[in-house]
Amino acid sequence: MNLHRRAILAFAAFTAIAPAAVAQEGDPIVIGEINHYTRMAAFAEPYRKGIELALDEINSDGGVLGRPLEFVFRDDQGDPAEAVRIAGELMTREGAVMLTGSILSNVGLALSSFAAERGYVYLAAEPLADSLVWTSGNPYTFRLRASTWVQAAMLAERAAETDATRFATIAPNYAYGTDAVEAFKENLTRLKPDVEFVGEQWPALFNIDAGSEVQALERAKPDAIFNVTFGTDLARFVREGGDRGLFDGRDVYSLLSGEPEYLEPLGDEAPEGWTVTGYPWYALEDGDPGKPFVDAYEEFTGETPMIGSLVGYLTAVSIAGAIEKAGSTETEAIREAFEGLTVADTPIGELNYREIDNQSNMGAYIGTLAVEDGQGVMVDWEYKEPGPYMPSDEEITAMRPAE
Amino acid sequence: MAFFLAQILNGLANASALFLVASGLSLIFGVTRVVNFAHGSFYMLGAFIGVTLMEMLPGHVGFWGAILLTGLAVGLIGAIVEMIVLRPIYRAPELFQLVATFGVILVIQDLALMIWGAADRMGPRAPGLRGVVRLWGEPIPKYDLALIAITPLVLLGLWYLITRTRVGILIRAATQDREMVGALGVNQAWLFTGVFALGSALAGLGGALQLPKGGADLLMDFNILGPAFVVVVIGGMGSLPGAFLAAILISVLGVFGVTYLPQSTLVLMFVVMAIVLIVRPYGLLGREEVAGEHGQVGRPEPPIRPYGQTARLVVMALVGALLLLPLVAETFVQILVIDIVIFALFAASLHFILGSGGLVSFGHAAFFGGGAYAAALLVRHASAPMEVAFLLAPLLAGVLALGIGWFCIRLSGVYFAMLTLAFSQLVWSVAFQWRSVTGGDDGMISIWPAAWLSDTTSYYYFTLLFGIGGILLLRHAIHAPFGYALRAGRDSPRQAEAMGIDVKRIQLAAFTLAGAMAGLAGGLFVFAKGSVFPTELEIARSFDALIVVFLGGVKTLAGGVVGATFLTGVEDWLSRLQYWRLLLGLLIIGVVIVAPEGIVGAVRGAWMRWRGSAPGLKSKGGAAT
Repeated sequence: MNLHRRAILAFAAFTAIAPAAVAQEGDPIVIGEINHYTRMAAFAEPYRKGIELALDEINSDGGVLGRPLEFVFRDDQGDPAEAVRIAGELMTREGAVMLTGSILSNVGLALSSFAAERGYVYLAAEPLADSLVWTSGNPYTFRLRASTWVQAAMLAERAAETDATRFATIAPNYAYGTDAVEAFKENLTRLKPDVEFVGEQWPALFNIDAGSEVQALERAKPDAIFNVTFGTDLARFVREGGDRGLFDGRDVYSLLSGEPEYLEPLGDEAPEGWTVTGYPWYALEDGDPGKPFVDAYEEFTGETPMIGSLVGYLTAVSIAGAIEKAGSTETEAIREAFEGLTVADTPIGELNYREIDNQSNMGAYIGTLAVEDGQGVMVDWEYKEPGPYMPSDEEITAMRPAE
Repeated sequence: MAFFLAQILNGLANASALFLVASGLSLIFGVTRVVNFAHGSFYMLGAFIGVTLMEMLPGHVGFWGAILLTGLAVGLIGAIVEMIVLRPIYRAPELFQLVATFGVILVIQDLALMIWGAADRMGPRAPGLRGVVRLWGEPIPKYDLALIAITPLVLLGLWYLITRTRVGILIRAATQDREMVGALGVNQAWLFTGVFALGSALAGLGGALQLPKGGADLLMDFNILGPAFVVVVIGGMGSLPGAFLAAILISVLGVFGVTYLPQSTLVLMFVVMAIVLIVRPYGLLGREEVAGEHGQVGRPEPPIRPYGQTARLVVMALVGALLLLPLVAETFVQILVIDIVIFALFAASLHFILGSGGLVSFGHAAFFGGGAYAAALLVRHASAPMEVAFLLAPLLAGVLALGIGWFCIRLSGVYFAMLTLAFSQLVWSVAFQWRSVTGGDDGMISIWPAAWLSDTTSYYYFTLLFGIGGILLLRHAIHAPFGYALRAGRDSPRQAEAMGIDVKRIQLAAFTLAGAMAGLAGGLFVFAKGSVFPTELEIARSFDALIVVFLGGVKTLAGGVVGATFLTGVEDWLSRLQYWRLLLGLLIIGVVIVAPEGIVGAVRGAWMRWRGSAPGLKSKGGAAT
């Protein structure tokens, strides 16, 4: 039994390390940030650097409400339950005034539900799940990035312009994959009623058997392919598909594949001619609102930006804007400030959050892949606002639980 | 027909890396009896080292040379790990070493992140083997054909080593009876190190060989681990030809699964494993395990007894302190204690069947997550009040445990463990894929407790009541005749049978009770978090519980509870640091080496020495935790 007591004492000792923060004039305003820093380091690190850049700019400009803005970064290992515990700790012990973070949709959903129950504001920056702001939406959750539905709809619009009618899909076997395929099908069928879906492949996430998937897709003899795989799965799929000639003479529409996180590892094997959504930071020219951000980021970090960097930057900028507008750090005030919030002069132009579903107007870049200097790039790209791809206001109101 | 043949070739190529990893795992288990969780990490190291070497060495010679050098390098790393981490703890209770290998996983994870960075690496192409050849009109990548040729060569080499050399004779002898080999004067330590190095080298080779078809990334260690274990078990633990057959079987079936049943990618191999184990309990080419050594390695276990006066007072004081905690501590401390109590109950339920029953379950999360899901489903689909859903959680988890246990308790040892793993994967995949009911991996959210419990402090007392109640119930069961019968079945099934104990039935009852208690923990969990996701059913969750039981001490009654408290507390504290997994891994390895009987075991030993009595001989009261 000694140990029992000893363990409890030790435990009590280290829970006593950090005293509860009592907010005072001049003290930093603390934001709780939870992410998968160990499990998804390749995505979380650029995101964090984007936040740090924004904080650097905000604080050298005098901070927010005359106080410096500070983020407390915590690792949840990609585990929703862990994230919820850390969220509780950040809010009750570290003196955080609101929460943000998560890349994975399931962690985002867990945090969103927790935030609504406890009355904390949560800005879901990266998670793509539509349900975050629609079927599971709540007044306390706001979301920054263009969702699965919107990005799939943009690709479907492009696909509808060609004469391909036989489509096959390949998507990782989990919620994001199924949502994306559903959204693509629904949008494409609406735009072009005579399309036919001749094959669906569902590889396990990060465990694709690329050779077999390519064989199976080839067997369906599609005119075009819709791809949702990403990361290592994408690399394997591209390599096997390229070797086996799957992409010869076929259009491929691929979600997120133009994002530097996924495109850079492919190097000169990036699949030319694919239509993708992504982030062509290298092609932004002077005059584009995104260009100053790219320059500042490169100077601040010595690295080139990823889409995560942009999202991180916009996250911090949104939060600063909301607190400034709220004029206080009280939850209700921040929540009300976020509704219909407008932040001018961001890398995507004017950023605002819709009142109807708490979704921001951050859009997506859509373009075609090419290889230049041994590296995949997006060409003929354009930045598209999400508005035209959203369901109607009535549909959204019907989906969102009554407030 | 051409398509069919192309598919088979595809499967054979996929089998290559899988066989290399699995054969190493099988070899290590056969000789050292170590279930090496870190084997996937050696595979990952092989991939990263391979990429690095291939970038430095050009051309044909460079490519193939890099693969061989990678094998050597990873073999060397394996030898070092064996000497530093495993050698001191071979005398610990069976399967204890897996905790140490778990520490190794964490250390290698963070070291790889530090050395190679977070970005995925594409594997270099094999020179001269880019592109395809057409066989019967079907495109077959040239490198696939190279892989198909290499695998049998490796098998042949291993076969020669094992059957034709002196080393091989020693390895085979050690697989059959390692004590006898030691008694005959063979230096076991070096034999074990050699085999561990060979097994690691094979994993490293596998990692390097798959590079042209994939690459190196930080998730590949866990990704290969599941399939590798499945192959080893289907083939029969310790059997190399078995591993070869199983690797081919799994890979070829996988290819057909992708084509004809594309949704099956998550579970197919676990279904195959479950079927094989139910039909052939020792795998395709495995032998019945030599009599289990559970409960006999190391020092004899002191007889269990209820706490003495002092210990009771301490426990009561402790519970009293927990009851008074909300008066002094902030909300977050209550949240942390809630998490610890839930995890402690979960761990105690596993500890109950593992420690007292000798049944090592690798799939206990099925019941924890099962309970959580049962409650959540009742709330969501039957609009059940929270109280009803909560009370039904342990009941339904118990029913699930009864069903799964009915299949599993026919087996013993590692095969039992692997069958529980297979079933828990099935439960996981149901939760994962049946989206219309379970929400898939988006889980079920907004499952909050009833209004009278919505305050953190109320829920804190609610958790204490059921958490501590559950733990006490399990303790009571151990001290009851039922517990004695269970331990009799663990230590000597034959004698127990002879005394009229229906060992299997007792085990099934214990398995069900443990499942129900895990379900109770799951019920507490879901209302504490307000949501449940398939992560609660994952293998990783089962392993969490397993690790803390061993860390706390299998042969002690408080092991699960103490281990859970220790790990949750330490992790919550360490995870604020950047490379915290490295520290946690080192800490676990340190604890394992310093306290091979677990934390509680070590403390008890120290207490005994202090009281001046040798353990197990004449222990004075009050210390038998």
